[in-house]
Amino acid sequence: MTKLSMTVNGKAVSGEIEGRTLLVDFLRQNLGLTGTHVGCDTSQCGCCVVHVDGRSVKSCTMLAAQAEGAEVTTVEGLAQADGTLHPIQAAFREHHGLQCGFCTPGMLMSAADLLQQNPSPTEHEVRDWLEGNMCRCTGYHNIVKAILAAAETMKGGMPQAAE
Amino acid sequence: MAENGIGARSLRKEDQRFITGKGRYTDDISQHGQTHAVFVRSPHAHAKLVGVDKASVADMPGVLAVLDGTDVAADGLGNLICGWLVKSKDGSPMKMGPHPLLAQGKVRYVGDRVAVVIAETHAQAQDAAEALVVEYDELPAVVDVAKAHDAASTVHDEVEHNLIFDWELGDQAAVDAAMASAAHVTRIDLVNNRLVPNAMEPRAAIGTYDSGLDQFTCYVTSQNPHVHRLVMAAFVQVAPEHKLRVIGPDVGGGFGSKIFIYGEECVVTWASKKVGGRPVKWTCDRSEAFLSDAHGRDHVSHAELAMDADGNVTALRVHTKANIGAYMSTFSSCVPTYLYATLLAGQYKTPAIYAEVKAYYTNTAPVDAYRGAGRPEASFLLETLFEQAAKETGKDPAEFRRQNFIPKDAFPYQTPVALVYDIGDYEVTLDKAMELIDYKGFPARKAAAEAKGKKRGIGISCYIEACGIAPSAVVGSLGAGVGLWESAKVRFSHTGKVQVLTGTHSHGQGHETTFSQLVSEKLGIPFEDIEVIHGDTEKTPVGMGTYGSRSLAVGGEAIVKSCDKLIAKGKKIAAHLLEASEADITFENGQFSVAGTDRSKSMGEVVFTAYVPHNYPPDLEPGMEEGAFFDPPNFTYPSGTYICEVEIDPDTGVVKIEKLVAVDDFGNVINPNIVEGQVHGGLTQGIGQALLEGAIYDESGQLLTGSYMDYTMPRADDVPSFEVVTSAGTVCTSNSMGVKGCGEAGAIGSPPAVINAITDAIGVRVEMPATPQKVWAAMQGMARAAE
Repeated sequence: MTKLSMTVNGKAVSGEIEGRTLLVDFLRQNLGLTGTHVGCDTSQCGCCVVHVDGRSVKSCTMLAAQAEGAEVTTVEGLAQADGTLHPIQAAFREHHGLQCGFCTPGMLMSAADLLQQNPSPTEHEVRDWLEGNMCRCTGYHNIVKAILAAAETMKGGMPQAAE
Repeated sequence: MAENGIGARSLRKEDQRFITGKGRYTDDISQHGQTHAVFVRSPHAHAKLVGVDKASVADMPGVLAVLDGTDVAADGLGNLICGWLVKSKDGSPMKMGPHPLLAQGKVRYVGDRVAVVIAETHAQAQDAAEALVVEYDELPAVVDVAKAHDAASTVHDEVEHNLIFDWELGDQAAVDAAMASAAHVTRIDLVNNRLVPNAMEPRAAIGTYDSGLDQFTCYVTSQNPHVHRLVMAAFVQVAPEHKLRVIGPDVGGGFGSKIFIYGEECVVTWASKKVGGRPVKWTCDRSEAFLSDAHGRDHVSHAELAMDADGNVTALRVHTKANIGAYMSTFSSCVPTYLYATLLAGQYKTPAIYAEVKAYYTNTAPVDAYRGAGRPEASFLLETLFEQAAKETGKDPAEFRRQNFIPKDAFPYQTPVALVYDIGDYEVTLDKAMELIDYKGFPARKAAAEAKGKKRGIGISCYIEACGIAPSAVVGSLGAGVGLWESAKVRFSHTGKVQVLTGTHSHGQGHETTFSQLVSEKLGIPFEDIEVIHGDTEKTPVGMGTYGSRSLAVGGEAIVKSCDKLIAKGKKIAAHLLEASEADITFENGQFSVAGTDRSKSMGEVVFTAYVPHNYPPDLEPGMEEGAFFDPPNFTYPSGTYICEVEIDPDTGVVKIEKLVAVDDFGNVINPNIVEGQVHGGLTQGIGQALLEGAIYDESGQLLTGSYMDYTMPRADDVPSFEVVTSAGTVCTSNSMGVKGCGEAGAIGSPPAVINAITDAIGVRVEMPATPQKVWAAMQGMARAAE
């Protein structure tokens, strides 16, 4: 067993893990942060996307030990502490960008990284970015719409809830 | 309309928990003392199971139990069932081999459950499962349904030629006569490709045994917890029904694949007692899901369409071979029969139809309902056939269809294949779709594409489906083992808040929102004051679950009936309070009023009086809680026209969908956002079938498409944004809401639209999925043929 420490959603956390423990399993099992999901075993579906040091990462494809000392943000840490939704969360709700909700955390975290890197994406750029996130319910139509709407909301300042 | 009533684009109640990571899916649940199960699966498509050497892993770290088919047999557990008995032409019942929880004697497909290992941690269970020594004696495999009849081996020794049933529907003699006298007959051979449903949440189950209560609990990724409980109790006999609680918590998509009762949930529930009542948790990984989830489609068909000299269709004849896989899954028999051949009239007045369906066992994963279930297969066959017939006879495909539509004044319409369509107006949806895609402008767009070296095509699909499953007496007469009614309870609290308890189950459909809108409208109370509860057999009334777009059309009507009873009771209470005659009380917008006066009582006052009945009508029970069952008088018949326009790069064979318009007649719509979202998702699954997806087994029965590296799921950059119209035409007559159902339409209507567009562009039809390689090869073949 290995000792591990990192910051998750702004809080210092630590745990004892087997060397083979994946980051997603550490988040889900050790920390009880079950918002991050596992939808495949080949790094394709993107249900497990979290941010590690500010960049989106598939947490099923990273050992927990690789995140030693890192700043990790999961979907549970996306809204503000007072519950104010991140504009991307608000836009997914407003534009019906989710149905069963299983891919949603990964979609939100992936989209948040996209808008950090490219605040004004075109529809084509959004669809291209989402290559690594699968959804079986929405046909992507409203996810794309929500991300474009969130980009509009976020333009010109600090993130604010869309509503 | 109430603010969040019928027709409002209300935002979903479900979303807050899902967008903040607070959803509670089965794998998110961890219980004290939980153990972990991993299933050992057959690596062979067909083999004698010589033995499982449990001792080989008994001493490995953390291993608590290893169970196999001998343990299942020793405990007297029953087999999994197929709940729909189909009879062959000769009247004999379908021939079904046993479907044990864990393999006994033979394994029949790659992924067949052989044993389960239960250990303290998932990693330990996985290590032991990999180390478990199992001896097999390989047998030849049957994989291709087209070759199953004369295969060298049988999947189940008691089923000769692997033929489960040889079934027919329709008037063969009338069809033969019409074919003989036809001016033209169009013939087609086609494959409906095998698909893997791929809900994003893999299947999972947690079984727990409480020795104090002598009660089992099973959390499971289920579309129908009550059906799970019924089958697990009555047939598998894990526990008596009153000692088994089944909970389907948040479920991450189903598309049919989570209707079925699989061995895994039965095994973990049974096994909990074997490990001292500790919870036993199993979560499928994706590779395992590809092997073991029930697949969909997989038909091989030959069809003929007869026409007179004027282009009027006079008869349809269809021969289909359906692959059932290695075992008969829960609803497998009805999918290629009563959910398929009954839809072969489509939107057309074809006077004579005959269908013959032969269902075969093969050494592949079980095949059962997948989004649309039989109806996409019917629609694909019919709409590619109509397209080809139009082309062969030199008619415009739209006008050829229009000529053969059932006219709007012919409803209710008895088709030659058992169904009675209640209502429809197919020209409305055709015209609207043609307008949205600018059908008239297509030749100019085609010319412009050709000028830049591209091929452009347009394809039409006019689909119909049967939803709102289903009238119990009708399905009973066709072999169903259950009734397909639905039930609900609507319960006020003292303070006027409402619980709606439903037997249906939501796994993405947004029932918490739609049903709240419905009740808000009916009872005149705020949307926010309503809570919808589903998915737990201990909390909710018995229901048959969610599939076949039945939740609103059947389950919603049970809610409406419950509300009507509450209003009727409220009128008695209001009449007493207002000292008026009950007959003079009206109810509108949450107010009970004496007609023609300004005297009224609010719903809240009436509810409070019902629970604090100090001044109350004699002989009336206190309380405001009513329940109802609803058994629909007929199916509902959503229909529509989808038109797709594609552009193809002749150098690469890549098909780009330039535009896809979907015009549906869903009857009345409660929440347009949700309904449009259902169409978007269905369209994408249909495009996936048409262009990308296909489950491929090699000749030895190994699944070649066993991961997302091999099986091509539609991704965001594979599909366009869509243009959809959801409520064009008519209002359903089989329920008071006038709703038809929208869950499957997109997946039914889109594959033929896409394929017809490709055919139109390149002049030859390619089988689904129309991958760039196939399209390019077809174009080369056309070019060579022209030389």
